[in-house]
Amino acid sequence: MKTMTLLAALLALAAGPSQATVFESVVAEKSMVNFVARQMGVSLEGGFKKFSVQVTFDPGKPETGKAQIEIDLSSIDTGSSDANDEVKGKAWFNLRDYPTAKFVASGVKPLGANRFEASGKMTIKGKTRDVVAPFTTKVEAGALLIDGSIPILRLQYGVGDGVWADTATVADEVQVRFHLTLTAAPSKKK
Amino acid sequence: MNQPTSYTRTAILLHWLTAAAILCAFPLGVYMHELQLSPRKLQLYSYHKWIGITVLLLVVVRLIWRSRHRPPPLPAGMPRCQQITAHGMHHGLYLLMLAVPLSGWLMSSAFGIPVVWFGVIPLPDLIGKDKQLGELLKEVHESLNYTLLLLVLLHAAAAIQHHIFERDGTLLRMLPFLKQEPKS
Repeated sequence: MKTMTLLAALLALAAGPSQATVFESVVAEKSMVNFVARQMGVSLEGGFKKFSVQVTFDPGKPETGKAQIEIDLSSIDTGSSDANDEVKGKAWFNLRDYPTAKFVASGVKPLGANRFEASGKMTIKGKTRDVVAPFTTKVEAGALLIDGSIPILRLQYGVGDGVWADTATVADEVQVRFHLTLTAAPSKKK
Repeated sequence: MNQPTSYTRTAILLHWLTAAAILCAFPLGVYMHELQLSPRKLQLYSYHKWIGITVLLLVVVRLIWRSRHRPPPLPAGMPRCQQITAHGMHHGLYLLMLAVPLSGWLMSSAFGIPVVWFGVIPLPDLIGKDKQLGELLKEVHESLNYTLLLLVLLHAAAAIQHHIFERDGTLLRMLPFLKQEPKS
């Protein structure tokens, strides 16, 4: 994405020539976006096969971190084909009108000990809400691993309304979890 | 030697609790799996699993109880082949009452859906997630259930037969509040 590259370039510039690495290349095959929902007291994990992520993170200057995760909701795997079909329908994600969900992090707050908090906006089914996503980072073999979760309340986005609105059956709380592997920015472009 | 003439109250209670639980879980299972996905379906599946695990537990308790409290002997003068049939029948019932819920639990694990008993107590997954195995276990669960249904029907028929035709008090030994000796 052009703006992101520009942003990264600016960040790299700001960080100075011999500063710590800026991580911004997402290794897709080593990144995951999953979710955990609860039905009848049972926590169930599902995932998304298709999503795109743009992240810029400088461990030396975490406050400047930016991220955007866009999820292709049609790639959802809930664990059962019945449920996969169901959640694409109107009561859940209404894929025809809202094929993607998007998280845009605009600020990062360091909490110490490689723990951070990204604040941003989550958009699902055309509704945008403020969210706070705690995450941790770890450098491993030159790559930066980011693990975090975005707690959301599905009904705030109208996800699973109608008969499904009863939270005694399917809980309101859903965790969107991300595991991202980033490599260093391909050395300063232009 | 002092032979008991009746089942203990505990054994009677456990027997009827198991019977009631099975009589709920079985039709529930038959009904629920044809339903379209809905909150109702998720609820019924959970109830079915909760009842099933309850049966498993009750049967384990029954087996322990039975190992410490001898059941009354079969009616005197019962032909040898009938005695063998009766014992075989009871063994088969116990076996199926364990196998049916276990196969359901295994199936649930294979489908990647843990069982949380009454929505409160999470049970461990018996096996890892494996959809194909899950489909197979579904068949196994179903076959075991219909076998159990057959045995339960035969069991009930035998009890009624003993009560109406043989009049030997076999049924009365298992009825609550009727612990007194049937007059002979």
